[in-house]
Amino acid sequence: MSLLEVRDLHVTYRSERGEVPAVRGVSLSLDAGETLGLAGESGCGKSTIAGAVLRLLPKETKITGQVLLDGEDVYEMKPGRLRAVRWTGAAIVFQGALHSLNPVQRIGKQITEAVLLHTKVSPRAARARAQDLLVRVGIPADRIDRYPHQMSGGQRQRVLIAIALACDPHVLIADEPTTALDVMVQAQVLALLEELQREKHLALLFITHDLSVLTHTCKRLAVMYAGRIVEEGPSELVFTDPQHPYSRALAAAFPTIGDQSSRMNPQGLAGDPPDPASLPSGCPFHLRCAVATPECSSLDVELRPAGEGRAAACVHVGASHV
Amino acid sequence: MSEPVLSLHNVQVQFGGGRVHAVDTVSLDVHAGEVLALVGESGCGKTTLIRSIIGLEPLAAGTITVDGEKVTGNARGLRALRRKVQMIFQDPSGALNPRHSIYESVAEGLRIHKVKGHEPQLVGDALAEAGLRPPERFFRRFPHEVSGGQRQRVLIAGAMALRPRLLLADEPVASLDASIRGEILALMRSYVDRDGVSIVAVTHDLGLAWNIADRVAVMYLGRIVEIGPAEEVLRAPQHPYTQALLSVVPEIEGMEQQILTGETPDPSRVPSGCRFHPRCPLVANGEAERRGIIDKCRGVDLELEPEVGEHRVACHAVHVTRT
Repeated sequence: MSLLEVRDLHVTYRSERGEVPAVRGVSLSLDAGETLGLAGESGCGKSTIAGAVLRLLPKETKITGQVLLDGEDVYEMKPGRLRAVRWTGAAIVFQGALHSLNPVQRIGKQITEAVLLHTKVSPRAARARAQDLLVRVGIPADRIDRYPHQMSGGQRQRVLIAIALACDPHVLIADEPTTALDVMVQAQVLALLEELQREKHLALLFITHDLSVLTHTCKRLAVMYAGRIVEEGPSELVFTDPQHPYSRALAAAFPTIGDQSSRMNPQGLAGDPPDPASLPSGCPFHLRCAVATPECSSLDVELRPAGEGRAAACVHVGASHV
Repeated sequence: MSEPVLSLHNVQVQFGGGRVHAVDTVSLDVHAGEVLALVGESGCGKTTLIRSIIGLEPLAAGTITVDGEKVTGNARGLRALRRKVQMIFQDPSGALNPRHSIYESVAEGLRIHKVKGHEPQLVGDALAEAGLRPPERFFRRFPHEVSGGQRQRVLIAGAMALRPRLLLADEPVASLDASIRGEILALMRSYVDRDGVSIVAVTHDLGLAWNIADRVAVMYLGRIVEIGPAEEVLRAPQHPYTQALLSVVPEIEGMEQQILTGETPDPSRVPSGCRFHPRCPLVANGEAERRGIIDKCRGVDLELEPEVGEHRVACHAVHVTRT
């Protein structure tokens, strides 16, 4: 049994414009010590999955399918059990450290809050634990009484990681944890995440638009488009030899320096990522697809095998592989 | 070589009454039809530098000339300058007036600069060139009614409608989705190849530099520490800072990661000697000491060398090997 298993998840937001299907049938599983990258652009549903795993979505949202944490269905849990599981079973490192931290509360308080809520320890012990956590993420323990604005962007992101680790979760979900950071600070934070993941044998679900970061950090990779996974497989292969035309375009958006084919030749896709509120018919990618055929406008393709340990949702996949 | 379109000579920009040296003695030339990528981390002064080119930051010292004319702070000079130099910003949503139609947004610049011609025609041509076709379909729309990529195209159309000699672009694709970045970069490059406009693009994204830049300048704490042809700087970087920056780009295979410790440095406390020495891997691993240059690294400030030449570096270790 996997530590985290998502089965045929559908998430539909209700808005003024009607129902917006953000996630449309996603399944994934993650074991202890495994790393899975979830890539995609704005509106593809990747962050919705993060919220759905811990039942953090607005309550009028329509959710079907199953989310199993260590075999237990998160959506069947009683409120008390859910509270216990959040932050201990699975924790999230949110994007945008500036907005996720409380600006008028010292960081020590924000870390101990999670500790005190979930473990029966004295405030003094919780404070000691917060100091250990800070040191662990590379921040000197004496900074515990600082406010977020007194820290740099990289340090704030480290504080968020410390909070997520406060209750020793088994599953860590990182939602764009390095997006606003400078390249060098991003490299520092990624190195820290990788180290913690190995050391604590965490199951890591890493969500970002940056395919190149995922390839570096995660063993497996799932590419999302319009609420679905359109390609899945070992990171290296998905990045260097993508099977789905969308993954191919996304990978090309991150040029390899030194590769003459991308020199003076930026690659992009025409059109924009689709609006989840009005998805095209058939394969949702067909309007932007370079290899679309007439059937693509009516035929919605499910994931199908595309080589060893790989799958892609495209009519052209498989056909060329026989 | 022809007269440069843009020429910076010992430019300094300071904040806080001279306490913060945001740009500290920068000289460079940009020629017609050339794309220069100015790369570096936040706080290195790259944005301040291009803002100074368009007259948004007063110079503490040095001179900037555009098309042979000196950039001054007076209003008439600035208006003439901005016909020749246009700028596009990172966040197209913030840069466009939400209550102006796309037509108005593009026409505004034409009116300010009293550009001759039939206005709807000029606006339509500018939009079509920026890939918004048919342009009439966009005239009456408002920024919130088009996508992020299209908003950036509107900004580019507004800037290019004035036929500037130089386009300054501050992180032009950083706020866009990955799949549409390539198209915007290709669009920018097309103005260069077709009209011979020059671009200075500020970015932290080395892949962007590889995609469109002829030359790359790397900034650290207000200085350019390495400059040269893109292929040389990106494939055979000389300065330890450039090497470290490239080593953490995930797209480069087979390069050992050199993650610099510490935060992005603070321009109000510029270290003595080579300003990079407190974070320099050559100093940290004892290499500078073995080569007998450590005293220079710690005590002697330095400029780009050689003084003339294509690929120039400000590093004592490189200078020692060269002499």
